[in-house]
Amino acid sequence: MDKFILNYFNTIRISIAISIGVAISLFLILIISKDPGASIGYLFLSPFLSRIRLESLISVAAPIIFCGIAIAIPFQAKIFNVGAEGALFIGAVAGVVFAIVTKMPPLIHIPLTLLVAGLAGGIWGLIPGFLKAKWNTSELVVSLMMNYVAYFLGLYIINYYFRDKAAGALVSLRISSSAWISTLPFFSRTSWSIVIALTFALLVYFLLYHTTLGYEIRTTGFNLHFAKFGGINVFKIIILAQIIGGFIAGVGGMTEIMAIHRRFNWQVSPGFGWDGVMVAIIGRNHPILIIFASLFLAYLRIGGHHLNLMSDVPYEMVSVIQSVIILLITAEAFLVQWKERITVKEAERKEIPHGTTS
Amino acid sequence: MGPLLDSILSPAFGFAILRIMTPILFPTIGVAISSLAGSINIAMEGTMLMSAFTGVIVSYFTKNIYLALLAGILVGVTMGFVLGYFHLKLKADIILSAIALNMFASGFTIFMLFLIAKDKGTSISLRSLVFPDIHLPLIKEIPIIGEILSGHNLLTYVAILSIIFMYFLIYKTRLGLRIRAVGQNPDAAESVGIDVKRIKLYSLLISGFFGALGGLYLSMGYVSWFGRDMTAGRGFIAVAASNLGGHLPLGVFISSLFFGLINAISIYLAPLRLPSEFTHLIPYVTTIIALTFYSIRMTRKKKAYKGKI
Repeated sequence: MDKFILNYFNTIRISIAISIGVAISLFLILIISKDPGASIGYLFLSPFLSRIRLESLISVAAPIIFCGIAIAIPFQAKIFNVGAEGALFIGAVAGVVFAIVTKMPPLIHIPLTLLVAGLAGGIWGLIPGFLKAKWNTSELVVSLMMNYVAYFLGLYIINYYFRDKAAGALVSLRISSSAWISTLPFFSRTSWSIVIALTFALLVYFLLYHTTLGYEIRTTGFNLHFAKFGGINVFKIIILAQIIGGFIAGVGGMTEIMAIHRRFNWQVSPGFGWDGVMVAIIGRNHPILIIFASLFLAYLRIGGHHLNLMSDVPYEMVSVIQSVIILLITAEAFLVQWKERITVKEAERKEIPHGTTS
Repeated sequence: MGPLLDSILSPAFGFAILRIMTPILFPTIGVAISSLAGSINIAMEGTMLMSAFTGVIVSYFTKNIYLALLAGILVGVTMGFVLGYFHLKLKADIILSAIALNMFASGFTIFMLFLIAKDKGTSISLRSLVFPDIHLPLIKEIPIIGEILSGHNLLTYVAILSIIFMYFLIYKTRLGLRIRAVGQNPDAAESVGIDVKRIKLYSLLISGFFGALGGLYLSMGYVSWFGRDMTAGRGFIAVAASNLGGHLPLGVFISSLFFGLINAISIYLAPLRLPSEFTHLIPYVTTIIALTFYSIRMTRKKKAYKGKI
């Protein structure tokens, strides 16, 4: 048992953090809801009880996966670039503009549109990346500011040049149908975007753990000085990690438009970038774990919306649970004393001679 | 450009700059003090939200502005404490836990707002008390300058006085000396017997205090209600402004004034049919440019310093 705890300490730690978050939510529901039993059911069970909700869960997870891995790459290099939100937004703007003005066969149009979106997102990663690498400018502050720049610049482009005047709301013209991402066969809500998201997650996993570039990114994050002395071009790595991150976030933003909205309709920034930070933390910057973290987040969201709709408990309950979980997971020393006690116990047990060797 | 120039040259514009500067100056002082101790507090956004919300709610239920002030400050300092506890005691990365605290504050305030006011947008249904406007004797009689300087909300004057307070704290007290020592070289500070963690915690508590005042001004001075995410990025602007001002009292004041000016201009540009999206860009782009110049200067300084050794 003790050995098991030591081997899977991180997994157990994260599970306990999640359990505490869930416990707090149960407690809150018990206090405020008139019918706590039903409310708890809406929050935790309803996502599984209907096929539509289950499919929505998967499609809600797709952009979060994109942003999670987009954030994880610079985070692995210990670069606190939180600009996925801006990269996603500007990527979607660029992609929408491209998909409105061009028309091609879908097989070329879809990848080309995603490429344009990715490149725009990449530029959003390049700027804080270059400033950080060259003059050690805080990437945190610059990427935060870049989020706002993307938001206002994007709205300016869409509202002044590509606005659909026939539509009642502030939205862009429709993108050409050749750039639409369709739903998966046999599904009504889940589109190919989840497949694209999973593909990117696998690619990033391969990049980080099976290529030289990935090794260099992780080494830079592990110890900058060690990386420099080891001959790694840290300047290049710091920039590249953020460009790749921005690229993926841009693609993620555009798939969301191509699969669901088919026109630009974000008058408020959608917030996937911050979700990305969240799942990157829960998934400890590992692309595969980020997939599960994103599904978990989507599960909470779908449950939260159903809860909001059906009961007297507001949706923001979910934000409270999320932040408590994140806070506990980021706390490196949370439960470490417990681990140390077990380690000591384990060591003492091994020291006692038993006569026979096991 | 005629009408723009006219309105910018009016005393009302100068008044607007100080008004808009106030909710930036408070959190900027907070960020600066925490940065001086080497533990940057980017949870200002959340701290301000929590205090702004607490102030409105307490003032609505007690009808007592002192209690509202006290409760708001208490909540702000608590936010600083939680951040410090997670960072210093539980060894969490200070940036990640601050991001979590910001998320918590945003969700929690909307959650509570809904439970109390049955509204997820604003608390207009709950009348909040506001801090009084102060008309400065003598100064208000001076033409133009009087119009710019007099008649502000009490907290605007508190904000400006806080700069002087910050100067004394940083340069004239033991705590200030220790804060700077810990920020510049924690190992050296430790070696002369300074409790580094304790000093960092104090700096976070002080920064929470100033974040609280910024939040209270927003909901009980700037306006008289709480709105969801009403800080609108001011906590992050404060991070930029503090960096821009080199985390030092005078610099912090000038950079906050600069942000007040830029924001005031973008508000004054709005009726001139210039696209508002475009004018909103100005403060953010300026921050990036200014921050870049600042870091270029720091890099050169570092190089020059290395050259001497």
